[in-house]
Amino acid sequence: MSDIMPTDSAHDPPSDISPTDAGSDSGFDFRNLDRRWIFLAMGLSIAIPMLMGVVFPEHPSQEVLDVFATVEGLEDGSSVLMAYDYDPASKGELEPMAAAFVRHCAQKKHKLYFITLWPAAVPMLQKNIAILNREYPEYTYGEDYVNLGFRPGSEGVIKVVVTDLKKLYANDVDGTDLNELPLTANLKNIQSMDLIINVSAGTPGAKEWVQYAATPFDIKMVAGVTGVGYTPLVPYVPNQLAGILGAIKAAAEYEEAVLLEYPELRENPATQEGLRKMGPQLVAHMLVIGLIIGGNVIFFTDRRRGV
Amino acid sequence: MMKTSNAIWLLLLLVGGGFLVFRTATGSMGKAYVRHETFDATTHINKQIQKIDDEEQQELAKGKTLSEAKTDKRMKLSDRLPAVEGITWTKVSSAERGELTGSDGQPDTAVVFSWSRTIGLWIAALGTLAIMSFLWGDNIFYKVAESVVVGASAAYAMVVGFWTGIIQNLFSKLIPTAMRDTVLPGLPGSQEAELIYIVPLVLSVLMLWRLAPQGGWISRWPLAFFIGATAGIRLVAYLDADFVQQIGNTIIPLLVSDNKQGLMVGQSIGNIIIVIGVLSCLVYFFFSFEHKGVVGATARLGIWFLMITFGAGFGFTVMGRISLISDRFSFLFYDWLWLPKPGIDA
Repeated sequence: MSDIMPTDSAHDPPSDISPTDAGSDSGFDFRNLDRRWIFLAMGLSIAIPMLMGVVFPEHPSQEVLDVFATVEGLEDGSSVLMAYDYDPASKGELEPMAAAFVRHCAQKKHKLYFITLWPAAVPMLQKNIAILNREYPEYTYGEDYVNLGFRPGSEGVIKVVVTDLKKLYANDVDGTDLNELPLTANLKNIQSMDLIINVSAGTPGAKEWVQYAATPFDIKMVAGVTGVGYTPLVPYVPNQLAGILGAIKAAAEYEEAVLLEYPELRENPATQEGLRKMGPQLVAHMLVIGLIIGGNVIFFTDRRRGV
Repeated sequence: MMKTSNAIWLLLLLVGGGFLVFRTATGSMGKAYVRHETFDATTHINKQIQKIDDEEQQELAKGKTLSEAKTDKRMKLSDRLPAVEGITWTKVSSAERGELTGSDGQPDTAVVFSWSRTIGLWIAALGTLAIMSFLWGDNIFYKVAESVVVGASAAYAMVVGFWTGIIQNLFSKLIPTAMRDTVLPGLPGSQEAELIYIVPLVLSVLMLWRLAPQGGWISRWPLAFFIGATAGIRLVAYLDADFVQQIGNTIIPLLVSDNKQGLMVGQSIGNIIIVIGVLSCLVYFFFSFEHKGVVGATARLGIWFLMITFGAGFGFTVMGRISLISDRFSFLFYDWLWLPKPGIDA
């Protein structure tokens, strides 16, 4: 085995690595391990559990239960603004929680208003609306849900729709006059929403909805965000945000919370997308932790030896 | 002679490539299907009328009458029936390969193979592999895929911006009749021209003036307006939602208790940590005093809080990145290679 570990390119940028200079065969040495072996190990740590269908049990944390309770606590048929601000680049992280929110709201028969501040999020809205069409055929467009689509202007859009929705949204995403749809005919602005659910991958996103809608107009709001965006939003909980879901772990816990309340959904495999993604997460995290510990052991051993 | 490590990588690539060739040759991967559903306008409207009639029956059973709005809607729908007779349309939507046969085991004729979506599927799969090839090293496949992503994203944003911003937000307000007659038939008939929108139109033209051979300085005026307005709007939002509210969120009781449980230890410890963390981090960023003695010790504590925050952020970032690669693998394995989904296909 010792001659298969390349040794001379561990500190080069990736662009400098070529198949021919990736390493000399001078011996097994973790200090100079070719990073491609780590990439391969990471790939396998994700692929193998995924292909084997490894799923671990999830128990909803208090943070997730706070979000769940906020949606569940609304009266059936409440008005919910589904502000989904993410694009295909982050759908792997956010799609499970976005879908879980849609299913939970549909179980509660809430009236749903889909909107986005991201141009590339329009297909994401359509994917979530497809869940309603497929699994909740009793949901009627224009009466139970509406797709407002995208308008350019980032947080400027929030500033307007929070006081006068139809100033920016005279039509829905298909060009239908909002006055012709029963759900929006008498809708003046989003202050009448009982809840804002925001799924956000960046800016504009959850922070802007908190700054321009939830805080100044005291509208109840929950958010689901990417791992990168989670920690900066934590200070808003609980006064400005009723709750927040952070990345795929929280999405899986939220799915579990919904399934515990509505066990009939368990028959639909699509309701456990986040739960299935936690198997590869755990194995990959174990690998990362192992590599960090291994790297530190080598570092401190070398330092003690004076290398 | 080839190095052993390179030979192993080459072997892995050959095995992967051979697997792809085999799966493609046997026709058991990489095909996309669509469902064709044909709708008849008369049937569609009759269904809506029937729904209103059903609601009317329910209301009558409760001793109520149908609302005037619904009666009007029913009348309008009935009036439209003669005009839409003979009009049909076909809705095309994605279909899974499992939908090729119906629940009775017979082939579903509505689900058909789609060349265009199959080509799209292969471009997406090969594009994913091309982007991932950067892990091996910079190469022509990665550069091509990167350029395609950047170009397609810019074009998409421009087209969406044009239709939603310039057409729906500007021209529909300035020339609503013309827009209604051409590209926005759903524009409300009550909408009249709002001349105030000449201002953003003029500012937009001035902004583009920088592309002209002379007078590029003119574009600074709309730019100054835009920056000033944005700064003003954001300042107010930050002051309210972040500055004032966040100070308020930090003014919390250090010892929390209630009548039933008495002292709530967990919440009290949490509040104490929040207050100490905020104060020590503020001291770290306070450079008017030298960081010595009490100030130095507090600042060092602030560094610890910051490091723990960054560590938490890093941990969440790792989780996010693993989710993204997991999503791409899921696409490659199940949508492209048609490997069985454990617990679903198996």
